[in-house]
Amino acid sequence: MRFSSWKVFTEGLSGNKGWSAHWRDAQPKSEYDYIIIGGGGHGLSTAYYLAKNHGITNVAVLEKGYLGGGNVGRNTTIVRANYFLQGNSEFYSHSLKLWETLEEDLNYNVMHSQRGLINLFHSDGQRDAFARRGNMMINQGDDAILLDREGVRKELPYLDFEQTRFPIYGGLFHKRGGTARHDAVAWGYARGASDRGVDLIQNCEVTGIDIVDGVVKGVQTTRGPIKGNKVAIIVAGRSGQVAAMAGRRLPIESHVLQAFVTEGLKPVIDHVISFGMGHFYMSQSDKGGLVFGGDLDFYASYASRGNLPMKEHVMEAGMTLMPMIGKAKVLRSWGGIMDMTPDGSPIIDKMEGIDGLYIDCGWNYGGFKAVPASGWCMAHLMATDTPHDVAAKYRLDRFRTGIGIMDEEGTGSQHNLH
Amino acid sequence: MRITCPLCGERDRREFYYVGDAVALERPDPDAGDVVWDDYVHNRDNPAGVTRDLWYHESGCAAWVVITRNTVTHEILSTELASKVKEAQS
Repeated sequence: MRFSSWKVFTEGLSGNKGWSAHWRDAQPKSEYDYIIIGGGGHGLSTAYYLAKNHGITNVAVLEKGYLGGGNVGRNTTIVRANYFLQGNSEFYSHSLKLWETLEEDLNYNVMHSQRGLINLFHSDGQRDAFARRGNMMINQGDDAILLDREGVRKELPYLDFEQTRFPIYGGLFHKRGGTARHDAVAWGYARGASDRGVDLIQNCEVTGIDIVDGVVKGVQTTRGPIKGNKVAIIVAGRSGQVAAMAGRRLPIESHVLQAFVTEGLKPVIDHVISFGMGHFYMSQSDKGGLVFGGDLDFYASYASRGNLPMKEHVMEAGMTLMPMIGKAKVLRSWGGIMDMTPDGSPIIDKMEGIDGLYIDCGWNYGGFKAVPASGWCMAHLMATDTPHDVAAKYRLDRFRTGIGIMDEEGTGSQHNLH
Repeated sequence: MRITCPLCGERDRREFYYVGDAVALERPDPDAGDVVWDDYVHNRDNPAGVTRDLWYHESGCAAWVVITRNTVTHEILSTELASKVKEAQS
Protein backbone atom coordinates (compact mmCIF):
# COMPACT_ATOMS: atom_id res chain seq x y z
CA MET A 1 0.00 0.00 0.00
CA ARG A 2 1.34 3.39 -1.00
CA PHE A 3 0.09 6.69 0.27
CA SER A 4 -0.94 9.33 -2.25
CA SER A 5 -3.44 12.18 -2.39
CA TRP A 6 -5.50 10.08 -4.80
CA LYS A 7 -5.57 7.21 -2.28
CA VAL A 8 -6.61 9.55 0.55
CA PHE A 9 -9.34 10.98 -1.71
CA THR A 10 -10.76 7.65 -2.84
CA GLU A 11 -10.58 6.16 0.67
CA GLY A 12 -12.44 9.20 1.94
CA LEU A 13 -15.25 8.43 -0.50
CA SER A 14 -15.38 4.73 0.32
CA GLY A 15 -15.48 4.82 4.12
CA ASN A 16 -11.73 4.35 4.66
CA LYS A 17 -12.11 0.59 4.41
CA GLY A 18 -9.23 -0.02 2.02
CA TRP A 19 -6.33 0.76 4.35
CA SER A 20 -4.17 -2.17 5.35
CA ALA A 21 -1.77 -2.76 8.24
CA HIS A 22 1.45 -0.82 7.83
CA TRP A 23 3.71 -3.76 8.54
CA ARG A 24 3.52 -7.54 8.75
CA ASP A 25 3.14 -9.06 12.20
CA ALA A 26 6.12 -11.37 11.76
CA GLN A 27 6.69 -14.52 13.81
CA PRO A 28 10.29 -15.29 14.75
CA LYS A 29 12.17 -17.74 12.54
CA SER A 30 14.92 -19.86 14.05
CA GLU A 31 17.69 -18.11 12.16
CA TYR A 32 18.54 -14.77 10.54
CA ASP A 33 21.68 -13.27 9.05
CA TYR A 34 21.27 -10.08 11.08
CA ILE A 35 19.52 -9.53 14.40
CA ILE A 36 18.76 -6.07 15.71
CA ILE A 37 17.90 -5.88 19.39
CA GLY A 38 15.56 -2.93 19.88
CA GLY A 39 12.63 -1.79 17.77
CA GLY A 40 12.93 1.92 18.40
CA GLY A 41 13.79 4.68 15.97
CA HIS A 42 17.45 3.74 15.62
CA GLY A 43 16.85 -0.01 15.36
CA LEU A 44 14.12 0.41 12.76
CA SER A 45 16.13 2.86 10.67
CA THR A 46 19.11 0.49 10.81
CA ALA A 47 16.92 -2.34 9.52
CA TYR A 48 15.48 -0.10 6.81
CA TYR A 49 18.89 1.02 5.51
CA LEU A 50 20.33 -2.51 5.73
CA ALA A 51 17.59 -3.52 3.31
CA LYS A 52 17.52 -0.41 1.17
CA ASN A 53 21.21 0.53 0.91
CA HIS A 54 22.84 -2.88 1.24
CA GLY A 55 20.19 -5.32 -0.01
CA ILE A 56 20.33 -7.26 3.26
CA THR A 57 16.81 -8.40 4.10
CA ASN A 58 17.23 -11.57 6.16
CA VAL A 59 16.99 -9.37 9.24
CA ALA A 60 14.99 -9.55 12.46
CA VAL A 61 14.22 -6.59 14.69
CA LEU A 62 13.44 -7.86 18.20
CA GLU A 63 11.41 -5.56 20.41
CA LYS A 64 10.48 -6.44 23.97
CA GLY A 65 7.40 -4.19 23.96
CA TYR A 66 5.77 -2.59 20.95
CA LEU A 67 7.54 -0.85 18.07
CA GLY A 68 8.43 2.73 18.82
CA GLY A 69 7.34 2.46 22.45
CA GLY A 70 10.57 3.81 23.93
CA ASN A 71 12.31 7.12 23.50
CA VAL A 72 11.18 7.61 19.90
CA GLY A 73 7.67 7.91 21.28
CA ARG A 74 8.64 10.01 24.28
CA ASN A 75 10.82 12.85 23.01
CA THR A 76 10.17 16.49 22.16
CA THR A 77 10.60 15.89 18.40
CA ILE A 78 13.31 18.43 17.60
CA VAL A 79 15.40 18.05 14.46
CA ARG A 80 18.53 20.18 14.02
CA ALA A 81 22.14 20.18 12.84
CA ASN A 82 23.78 22.86 14.96
CA TYR A 83 26.75 20.95 16.31
CA PHE A 84 30.17 22.40 16.78
CA LEU A 85 32.79 19.68 16.99
CA GLN A 86 34.20 17.71 14.12
CA GLY A 87 32.69 14.25 14.40
CA ASN A 88 29.30 15.51 15.51
CA SER A 89 29.11 18.24 12.89
CA GLU A 90 29.30 16.03 9.80
CA PHE A 91 27.11 13.36 11.35
CA TYR A 92 24.18 15.62 12.22
CA SER A 93 24.56 17.46 8.93
CA HIS A 94 24.14 14.12 7.16
CA SER A 95 21.14 13.34 9.34
CA LEU A 96 19.42 16.64 8.55
CA LYS A 97 19.88 16.03 4.82
CA LEU A 98 18.25 12.63 5.23
CA TRP A 99 15.38 14.25 7.12
CA GLU A 100 14.83 16.63 4.24
CA THR A 101 14.07 13.78 1.83
CA LEU A 102 12.68 11.31 4.36
CA GLU A 103 9.01 11.66 3.51
CA GLU A 104 9.54 11.02 -0.19
CA ASP A 105 11.93 8.20 0.59
CA LEU A 106 9.58 6.44 3.02
CA ASN A 107 6.36 7.50 1.27
CA TYR A 108 5.22 8.42 4.77
CA ASN A 109 4.11 11.71 6.24
CA VAL A 110 6.47 12.28 9.17
CA MET A 111 5.28 15.90 9.40
CA HIS A 112 8.82 17.21 9.17
CA SER A 113 8.49 20.93 9.68
CA GLN A 114 11.53 23.16 9.19
CA ARG A 115 10.14 25.98 11.25
CA GLY A 116 13.53 27.22 12.43
CA LEU A 117 15.38 26.92 15.70
CA ILE A 118 16.58 29.91 17.70
CA ASN A 119 19.15 29.46 20.48
CA LEU A 120 19.11 32.57 22.65
CA PHE A 121 22.19 34.16 24.19
CA HIS A 122 22.44 36.53 27.11
CA SER A 123 25.97 37.90 27.37
CA ASP A 124 28.85 39.05 25.19
CA GLY A 125 30.74 35.86 25.91
CA GLN A 126 27.81 33.74 24.85
CA ARG A 127 27.44 35.80 21.68
CA ASP A 128 31.05 35.02 20.80
CA ALA A 129 30.48 31.34 21.46
CA PHE A 130 27.37 31.31 19.26
CA ALA A 131 29.10 33.27 16.49
CA ARG A 132 31.78 30.61 16.52
CA ARG A 133 29.25 27.81 16.53
CA GLY A 134 27.39 29.47 13.64
CA ASN A 135 30.63 29.65 11.66
CA MET A 136 31.24 25.96 12.28
CA MET A 137 27.73 25.16 11.06
CA ILE A 138 28.25 27.24 7.90
CA ASN A 139 31.63 25.61 7.30
CA GLN A 140 29.90 22.26 7.52
CA GLY A 141 27.55 23.41 4.77
CA ASP A 142 24.56 24.00 6.99
CA ASP A 143 22.84 27.27 7.80
CA ALA A 144 23.17 29.71 10.67
CA ILE A 145 22.30 33.38 11.12
CA LEU A 146 23.47 35.40 14.09
CA LEU A 147 20.58 37.63 15.17
CA ASP A 148 20.99 40.69 17.37
CA ARG A 149 18.35 41.64 19.91
CA GLU A 150 16.19 43.46 17.38
CA GLY A 151 16.50 40.52 15.00
CA VAL A 152 15.22 38.17 17.69
CA ARG A 153 12.47 40.65 18.61
CA LYS A 154 11.21 40.53 15.04
CA GLU A 155 10.90 36.74 15.17
CA LEU A 156 9.88 36.29 18.80
CA PRO A 157 8.23 39.53 19.96
CA TYR A 158 6.63 37.89 22.98
CA LEU A 159 9.82 37.12 24.92
CA ASP A 160 10.74 39.09 28.03
CA PHE A 161 13.74 40.92 26.55
CA GLU A 162 14.44 43.31 29.40
CA GLN A 163 14.45 40.85 32.28
CA THR A 164 17.11 41.64 34.85
CA ARG A 165 18.39 38.11 35.28
CA PHE A 166 19.03 37.07 31.67
CA PRO A 167 18.42 40.01 29.31
CA ILE A 168 18.30 38.73 25.72
CA TYR A 169 21.27 39.84 23.63
CA GLY A 170 20.38 37.88 20.49
CA GLY A 171 20.10 34.40 19.09
CA LEU A 172 21.55 31.92 16.66
CA PHE A 173 18.92 31.19 14.01
CA HIS A 174 19.11 27.75 12.36
CA LYS A 175 16.37 27.96 9.73
CA ARG A 176 16.52 24.34 8.64
CA GLY A 177 15.97 23.16 12.19
CA GLY A 178 12.46 22.24 13.27
CA THR A 179 10.31 19.35 14.41
CA ALA A 180 8.81 16.10 13.12
CA ARG A 181 6.07 13.76 14.23
CA HIS A 182 8.03 11.30 16.35
CA ASP A 183 5.76 8.23 16.15
CA ALA A 184 5.38 8.57 12.40
CA VAL A 185 9.16 8.33 12.02
CA ALA A 186 9.17 4.95 13.77
CA TRP A 187 6.13 3.78 11.80
CA GLY A 188 7.51 4.96 8.47
CA TYR A 189 10.81 3.16 8.97
CA ALA A 190 8.99 0.08 10.28
CA ARG A 191 6.77 -0.05 7.20
CA GLY A 192 9.70 0.52 4.83
CA ALA A 193 11.76 -2.23 6.49
CA SER A 194 8.86 -4.69 6.66
CA ASP A 195 7.97 -4.12 2.99
CA ARG A 196 11.54 -5.00 2.06
CA GLY A 197 11.40 -8.29 3.93
CA VAL A 198 12.66 -7.45 7.42
CA ASP A 199 10.82 -9.30 10.21
CA LEU A 200 9.66 -6.94 12.96
CA ILE A 201 9.01 -9.07 16.02
CA GLN A 202 7.23 -7.43 18.92
CA ASN A 203 6.80 -8.73 22.49
CA CYS A 204 10.07 -10.56 22.09
CA GLU A 205 12.54 -9.73 24.83
CA VAL A 206 16.14 -10.74 24.44
CA THR A 207 17.31 -12.57 27.58
CA GLY A 208 20.77 -13.66 26.51
CA ILE A 209 23.38 -13.29 23.80
CA ASP A 210 25.10 -16.48 22.65
CA ILE A 211 28.82 -16.08 22.22
CA VAL A 212 31.17 -19.00 21.51
CA ASP A 213 34.93 -18.42 21.47
CA GLY A 214 34.48 -14.70 20.97
CA VAL A 215 32.02 -15.08 18.08
CA VAL A 216 28.32 -14.20 18.22
CA LYS A 217 26.03 -17.11 17.40
CA GLY A 218 22.60 -15.67 18.18
CA VAL A 219 20.32 -14.62 21.01
CA GLN A 220 17.99 -16.16 23.56
CA THR A 221 14.56 -14.56 23.73
CA THR A 222 11.26 -14.95 25.54
CA ARG A 223 10.02 -16.48 22.26
CA GLY A 224 12.83 -18.99 21.94
CA PRO A 225 16.42 -18.97 20.71
CA ILE A 226 17.22 -17.22 17.41
CA LYS A 227 20.48 -17.80 15.57
CA GLY A 228 22.24 -14.95 13.85
CA ASN A 229 25.65 -14.05 12.44
CA LYS A 230 25.57 -10.38 13.30
CA VAL A 231 23.81 -8.92 16.31
CA ALA A 232 23.32 -5.23 17.02
CA ILE A 233 22.45 -3.75 20.40
CA ILE A 234 20.35 -0.62 19.79
CA VAL A 235 18.43 -0.22 23.01
CA ALA A 236 19.15 3.32 24.28
CA GLY A 237 18.58 3.53 28.04
CA ARG A 238 18.72 -0.24 28.42
CA SER A 239 22.16 -0.56 26.80
CA GLY A 240 23.80 -1.44 30.10
CA GLN A 241 21.57 -4.45 30.72
CA VAL A 242 21.84 -5.85 27.20
CA ALA A 243 25.61 -5.34 27.01
CA ALA A 244 25.87 -7.21 30.32
CA MET A 245 24.40 -10.25 28.53
CA ALA A 246 27.56 -10.17 26.42
CA GLY A 247 29.69 -9.73 29.55
CA ARG A 248 30.46 -6.09 28.81
CA ARG A 249 30.16 -2.86 30.75
CA LEU A 250 29.58 0.35 28.84
CA PRO A 251 30.46 3.99 29.47
CA ILE A 252 26.75 4.65 29.93
CA GLU A 253 24.71 5.87 32.86
CA SER A 254 20.94 5.99 32.35
CA HIS A 255 19.20 9.17 33.44
CA VAL A 256 15.67 10.48 33.31
CA LEU A 257 14.82 13.51 31.19
CA GLN A 258 11.38 15.04 31.57
CA ALA A 259 9.13 16.65 29.01
CA PHE A 260 5.85 18.51 29.31
CA VAL A 261 2.90 19.43 27.16
CA THR A 262 0.12 21.93 27.74
CA GLU A 263 -3.47 21.98 26.58
CA GLY A 264 -3.95 22.87 22.91
CA LEU A 265 -3.69 26.58 22.21
CA LYS A 266 -4.04 28.68 19.08
CA PRO A 267 -0.80 29.01 17.08
CA VAL A 268 1.52 31.30 18.99
CA ILE A 269 5.03 29.84 18.92
CA ASP A 270 6.24 29.44 15.36
CA HIS A 271 9.78 28.25 16.04
CA VAL A 272 11.74 25.99 18.31
CA ILE A 273 13.22 28.24 21.01
CA SER A 274 16.00 27.26 23.35
CA PHE A 275 16.90 29.21 26.44
CA GLY A 276 20.19 27.72 27.52
CA MET A 277 20.65 29.82 30.63
CA GLY A 278 17.43 28.46 32.09
CA HIS A 279 17.82 24.95 30.65
CA PHE A 280 14.54 25.35 28.84
CA TYR A 281 13.31 24.83 25.30
CA MET A 282 9.91 24.91 23.68
CA SER A 283 7.98 24.42 20.48
CA GLN A 284 4.28 24.19 19.68
CA SER A 285 2.87 20.99 18.27
CA ASP A 286 0.51 20.97 15.29
CA LYS A 287 -2.28 20.11 17.72
CA GLY A 288 -1.50 23.33 19.58
CA GLY A 289 0.10 21.98 22.72
CA LEU A 290 3.21 23.75 23.96
CA VAL A 291 5.86 21.05 24.13
CA PHE A 292 8.75 21.89 26.40
CA GLY A 293 11.47 20.48 28.55
CA GLY A 294 14.61 21.21 30.46
CA ASP A 295 17.55 19.39 31.86
CA LEU A 296 18.05 15.92 33.31
CA ASP A 297 16.91 15.26 36.85
CA PHE A 298 20.60 14.48 37.33
CA TYR A 299 20.68 11.13 39.04
CA ALA A 300 20.72 7.66 37.51
CA SER A 301 17.15 6.51 36.97
CA TYR A 302 15.04 4.01 35.04
CA ALA A 303 11.74 5.30 36.42
CA SER A 304 10.43 6.88 33.17
CA ARG A 305 9.13 9.66 35.35
CA GLY A 306 10.88 12.55 37.02
CA ASN A 307 10.59 14.33 40.30
CA LEU A 308 9.13 17.68 41.27
CA PRO A 309 12.29 19.80 41.64
CA MET A 310 13.05 19.66 37.91
CA LYS A 311 9.40 20.28 37.03
CA GLU A 312 9.47 23.41 39.15
CA HIS A 313 12.76 24.51 37.62
CA VAL A 314 11.49 24.07 34.06
CA MET A 315 8.28 25.99 34.79
CA GLU A 316 10.29 28.81 36.38
CA ALA A 317 12.59 29.00 33.37
CA GLY A 318 9.62 29.11 31.01
CA MET A 319 8.01 31.91 32.99
CA THR A 320 11.28 33.85 33.05
CA LEU A 321 11.57 33.70 29.30
CA MET A 322 7.95 34.11 28.21
CA PRO A 323 5.60 35.21 30.96
CA MET A 324 2.69 35.02 28.51
CA ILE A 325 2.49 31.23 28.89
CA GLY A 326 1.70 31.54 32.59
CA LYS A 327 -1.97 30.69 32.21
CA ALA A 328 -1.49 27.68 29.96
CA LYS A 329 -2.39 24.48 31.76
CA VAL A 330 0.11 21.63 31.69
CA LEU A 331 -1.69 18.47 30.65
CA ARG A 332 1.01 15.86 30.91
CA SER A 333 4.59 15.29 31.84
CA TRP A 334 6.67 12.21 31.30
CA GLY A 335 10.23 10.99 31.43
CA GLY A 336 12.44 9.17 28.99
CA ILE A 337 15.48 7.10 29.92
CA MET A 338 18.58 8.63 28.38
CA ASP A 339 21.75 6.65 27.71
CA MET A 340 24.27 9.23 28.87
CA THR A 341 27.94 8.93 27.89
CA PRO A 342 30.73 10.74 29.76
CA ASP A 343 31.41 13.18 26.89
CA GLY A 344 27.82 13.59 25.75
CA SER A 345 28.44 12.10 22.30
CA PRO A 346 27.19 8.77 20.96
CA ILE A 347 28.79 5.42 20.10
CA ILE A 348 28.39 3.49 16.82
CA ASP A 349 30.99 0.75 16.85
CA LYS A 350 31.84 -2.91 16.84
CA MET A 351 32.13 -4.50 20.24
CA GLU A 352 35.85 -5.09 20.37
CA GLY A 353 36.77 -8.69 21.07
CA ILE A 354 33.36 -10.16 20.15
CA ASP A 355 33.04 -10.91 16.43
CA GLY A 356 29.67 -10.04 15.00
CA LEU A 357 28.47 -7.89 17.90
CA TYR A 358 27.75 -4.20 17.26
CA ILE A 359 26.63 -1.37 19.49
CA ASP A 360 24.72 1.81 18.74
CA CYS A 361 24.04 3.78 21.92
CA GLY A 362 24.90 6.84 23.98
CA TRP A 363 22.47 9.20 22.28
CA ASN A 364 22.15 11.19 25.48
CA TYR A 365 19.20 13.59 25.09
CA GLY A 366 19.64 14.03 21.34
CA GLY A 367 18.67 10.73 19.80
CA PHE A 368 15.57 11.71 17.85
CA LYS A 369 17.18 13.94 15.23
CA ALA A 370 19.90 11.30 14.80
CA VAL A 371 17.48 8.52 13.85
CA PRO A 372 18.08 8.65 10.05
CA ALA A 373 21.87 8.98 10.13
CA SER A 374 22.31 6.56 13.01
CA GLY A 375 20.47 3.87 11.05
CA TRP A 376 22.32 4.79 7.87
CA CYS A 377 25.75 4.55 9.54
CA MET A 378 24.96 1.52 11.69
CA ALA A 379 23.71 -0.36 8.61
CA HIS A 380 26.91 0.61 6.81
CA LEU A 381 29.05 -0.59 9.72
CA MET A 382 27.22 -3.92 9.99
CA ALA A 383 27.17 -4.59 6.26
CA THR A 384 30.74 -3.59 5.44
CA ASP A 385 32.51 -3.93 8.81
CA THR A 386 33.97 -0.47 8.29
CA PRO A 387 32.62 2.69 9.91
CA HIS A 388 30.77 5.17 7.74
CA ASP A 389 32.79 8.36 7.15
CA VAL A 390 30.42 10.62 9.07
CA ALA A 391 30.29 8.31 12.09
CA ALA A 392 33.94 7.27 12.16
CA LYS A 393 34.61 9.22 15.33
CA TYR A 394 31.86 7.52 17.36
CA ARG A 395 34.29 4.96 18.72
CA LEU A 396 33.75 3.05 21.90
CA ASP A 397 37.45 3.07 22.78
CA ARG A 398 37.77 6.87 22.76
CA PHE A 399 37.21 6.92 26.51
CA ARG A 400 40.09 4.53 27.16
CA THR A 401 42.52 6.16 24.73
CA GLY A 402 41.40 9.75 25.26
CA ILE A 403 41.65 10.25 21.50
CA GLY A 404 38.62 11.85 19.92
CA ILE A 405 36.60 12.73 23.01
CA MET A 406 33.71 14.89 21.78
CA ASP A 407 32.65 17.07 24.67
CA GLU A 408 30.29 19.39 22.80
CA GLU A 409 29.38 21.39 25.92
CA GLY A 410 32.97 21.77 27.09
CA THR A 411 32.09 20.71 30.62
CA GLY A 412 34.43 17.73 30.90
CA SER A 413 34.26 14.09 29.94
CA GLN A 414 32.81 12.55 33.04
CA HIS A 415 29.48 11.06 34.10
CA ASN A 416 27.14 13.56 35.79
CA LEU A 417 28.39 16.53 33.73
CA HIS A 418 26.12 16.21 30.68
CA MET B 1 12.58 12.51 46.60
CA ARG B 2 13.84 13.11 50.13
CA ILE B 3 17.24 11.98 51.33
CA THR B 4 18.23 11.29 54.91
CA CYS B 5 21.62 12.80 55.57
CA PRO B 6 23.36 10.79 58.32
CA LEU B 7 24.23 14.09 60.04
CA CYS B 8 21.29 16.42 59.28
CA GLY B 9 18.33 14.06 58.98
CA GLU B 10 15.74 13.99 56.21
CA ARG B 11 16.25 16.73 53.63
CA ASP B 12 15.00 17.82 50.23
CA ARG B 13 16.81 16.21 47.30
CA ARG B 14 17.78 19.68 46.04
CA GLU B 15 20.25 20.11 48.89
CA PHE B 16 22.35 17.30 47.44
CA TYR B 17 24.64 17.13 44.45
CA TYR B 18 24.74 13.79 42.65
CA VAL B 19 28.25 12.60 41.84
CA GLY B 20 27.57 9.14 40.44
CA ASP B 21 28.27 5.50 41.11
CA ALA B 22 29.94 4.89 44.48
CA VAL B 23 32.79 3.32 42.51
CA ALA B 24 34.78 6.39 43.59
CA LEU B 25 35.36 4.69 46.93
CA GLU B 26 37.48 2.05 45.21
CA ARG B 27 39.98 4.14 43.32
CA PRO B 28 42.56 2.03 41.48
CA ASP B 29 46.32 2.29 41.83
CA PRO B 30 47.80 5.21 39.87
CA ASP B 31 49.78 2.78 37.71
CA ALA B 32 46.98 0.23 37.27
CA GLY B 33 46.94 0.84 33.52
CA ASP B 34 44.53 2.34 30.99
CA VAL B 35 42.05 -0.55 30.96
CA VAL B 36 41.52 -0.46 34.71
CA TRP B 37 41.34 3.32 34.77
CA ASP B 38 38.92 3.43 31.83
CA ASP B 39 36.74 0.97 33.69
CA TYR B 40 36.88 3.06 36.84
CA VAL B 41 36.29 6.46 35.26
CA HIS B 42 33.84 5.57 32.49
CA ASN B 43 32.30 2.11 32.54
CA ARG B 44 29.29 1.48 34.73
CA ASP B 45 27.08 -1.43 35.80
CA ASN B 46 24.19 1.02 35.40
CA PRO B 47 21.69 -1.27 37.14
CA ALA B 48 17.91 -1.05 36.78
CA GLY B 49 17.15 -1.71 40.42
CA VAL B 50 19.26 -1.30 43.53
CA THR B 51 22.32 0.88 43.10
CA ARG B 52 24.79 2.56 45.35
CA ASP B 53 25.86 6.06 44.54
CA LEU B 54 27.71 8.98 45.96
CA TRP B 55 26.03 12.27 46.78
CA TYR B 56 27.38 15.45 48.32
CA HIS B 57 25.31 17.39 50.85
CA GLU B 58 26.17 20.62 49.12
CA SER B 59 23.60 22.94 50.70
CA GLY B 60 23.83 21.28 54.09
CA CYS B 61 26.67 19.89 56.16
CA ALA B 62 28.95 19.22 53.13
CA ALA B 63 29.15 15.53 53.98
CA TRP B 64 29.78 12.91 51.30
CA VAL B 65 27.02 10.35 51.53
CA VAL B 66 26.74 6.86 50.08
CA ILE B 67 23.12 6.27 49.13
CA THR B 68 21.64 2.87 48.41
CA ARG B 69 18.51 3.36 46.36
CA ASN B 70 16.34 1.86 43.67
CA THR B 71 16.70 3.41 40.22
CA VAL B 72 13.32 2.07 39.09
CA THR B 73 11.16 3.23 42.01
CA HIS B 74 13.33 6.11 43.33
CA GLU B 75 13.06 4.57 46.79
CA ILE B 76 15.96 5.45 49.11
CA LEU B 77 16.98 2.29 50.97
CA SER B 78 19.81 3.53 53.17
CA THR B 79 22.30 6.35 53.56
CA GLU B 80 25.72 6.24 55.18
CA LEU B 81 28.58 8.67 55.55
CA ALA B 82 31.15 7.97 52.85
CA SER B 83 33.90 8.28 55.43
CA LYS B 84 32.36 5.45 57.46
CA VAL B 85 32.01 3.24 54.38
CA LYS B 86 35.60 3.93 53.46
CA GLU B 87 36.74 3.12 57.01
CA ALA B 88 34.85 -0.17 56.97
CA GLN B 89 36.51 -1.05 53.66
CA SER B 90 40.04 -0.56 54.89
